[in-house]
Amino acid sequence: MTARVPARGPEGCTDPAWHVEVDQDQCIGSGMCVALLPKRFVLPGDAARVLPGAADGVPDEALLDAADSCPALAITVTDRATGRIVGPRP
Amino acid sequence: MYVVYERETPLTSTTPPTPPTTPPDPVPYPFNKGPGLAMHEAYARARESDGMIRVQMPYGEPAWLATRYADVRAVLSDHRFSRAAAQEHDEPRHTPGAGVESDSILSMDPPDHTRLRTLVSRAFTKQRVEQLRPWVRRLTGDLLAGLRARGDTADLVEDFALPLPIAVICELLGVPAADRPRFREWSDGVLSTSRLTQEEQYANMLALRDYITGHVAARRLVPKDDLISALIAARDADDRLGEQELVNLCVGILIAGHETTASQIPNFVHVLLHHPEEWRSLRDDPGLIPAAVEELTRFVPLIVGGAFARYATEDVEVGGVLVREGEPVIVATNAANRDPARFEDPEELRLDRTANQHVTFGHGVHHCLGAPLARLELQEALRALTATMPGLRVAGEVVWKEGMLVRAPSRMTVGW
Repeated sequence: MTARVPARGPEGCTDPAWHVEVDQDQCIGSGMCVALLPKRFVLPGDAARVLPGAADGVPDEALLDAADSCPALAITVTDRATGRIVGPRP
Repeated sequence: MYVVYERETPLTSTTPPTPPTTPPDPVPYPFNKGPGLAMHEAYARARESDGMIRVQMPYGEPAWLATRYADVRAVLSDHRFSRAAAQEHDEPRHTPGAGVESDSILSMDPPDHTRLRTLVSRAFTKQRVEQLRPWVRRLTGDLLAGLRARGDTADLVEDFALPLPIAVICELLGVPAADRPRFREWSDGVLSTSRLTQEEQYANMLALRDYITGHVAARRLVPKDDLISALIAARDADDRLGEQELVNLCVGILIAGHETTASQIPNFVHVLLHHPEEWRSLRDDPGLIPAAVEELTRFVPLIVGGAFARYATEDVEVGGVLVREGEPVIVATNAANRDPARFEDPEELRLDRTANQHVTFGHGVHHCLGAPLARLELQEALRALTATMPGLRVAGEVVWKEGMLVRAPSRMTVGW
């Protein structure tokens, strides 16, 4: 099953290891991600976007929750070092 | 902060101007009553005045009603508006009893809600839904073939609109086909606002819970490739989903999964038969159906309105109106869907409308979990009807539901 990721990065970890993107064509503007993580997502019109400067960050389970909950599966979280997709979780 | 409570055009013109710190007298809500799918004019008036108006539901305390698209989306996606807080208040509601169980996913805020929602999302995926499409297509074909074999007319509700979503949701959950009629009776009973007494409603809920509890126990012993098993797996691997939560979720999915879709099928047909050119266009080009389903979903005011109030956890300004901490806001998604500030010619049915981000499935963290399933069923229902019954017509009286949370025909005799 899924590896448990700390809610915040490991103690003292500041490495922005994860990258998040919203697929503008897939997004249906459900508002799910914006409601969950207003500090990382914004819904200016009909499709959500990652806020400027918020695309890269430390591993954060809340980000995986947002990717899992997206009704359009439009959010992808990747490990920047390996390019591996970590969210949405299978 | 200046408090804007006064309206330029009061809904009840006899009341004297109220001081800015006192909310105006509430007007009775819901507005939409009686047969048919018309939108009450009070919605347009509210949108054009302050957007936010004071309303009084049959039970519970007065509330703000958000009617504009922007305000509805703002309330539904702002964490300062809480569903959980409704438990501590006299929540606005249709019936004397509390509407939603306190441990329902619809009564939760993040992070509790997030935990449940992500578990269900991971079991109830878009892929799992899409896999059902061939099965649903066969089912719609079989249902209509059955009707045509039996005669020249049928009740679209009883013989097509209801059996379809019940079969789909039962298939998805893994409920045996033989139990579908019982299921329908319980779920009808739970959703009634006036047809049954509170005790009868409660008895239906208990019966449904008992039934699901039995299925959960059976799947725990012998897992299958169904949603109940997937939800159990989500729980047992991470130990995160409680037994009661599991049962509540299944009951919620079941109820939400059939009444709405079963109501939208005759509603869509009702609207399309009043727009014969649009009906013909779908018949001639099934490729138009997905966009048509979005537009019909926007256009049809399905929900009577008023449920699931959000409580402000601090003072929040919405559309120029100050909602004070502890005050409830209910959202009129039907009114938002007809907001001319968002939709061009909103009163017109335009099946090729683009950028059609209606709020019929809600918005924010409680955005309808079953939206992909509803879309699939509605698309396949329209595809089957337009293809095999191109000359579909109403062949008798259309009887409308009364005392339910949704508006739709309860009987619709059609010929083909």
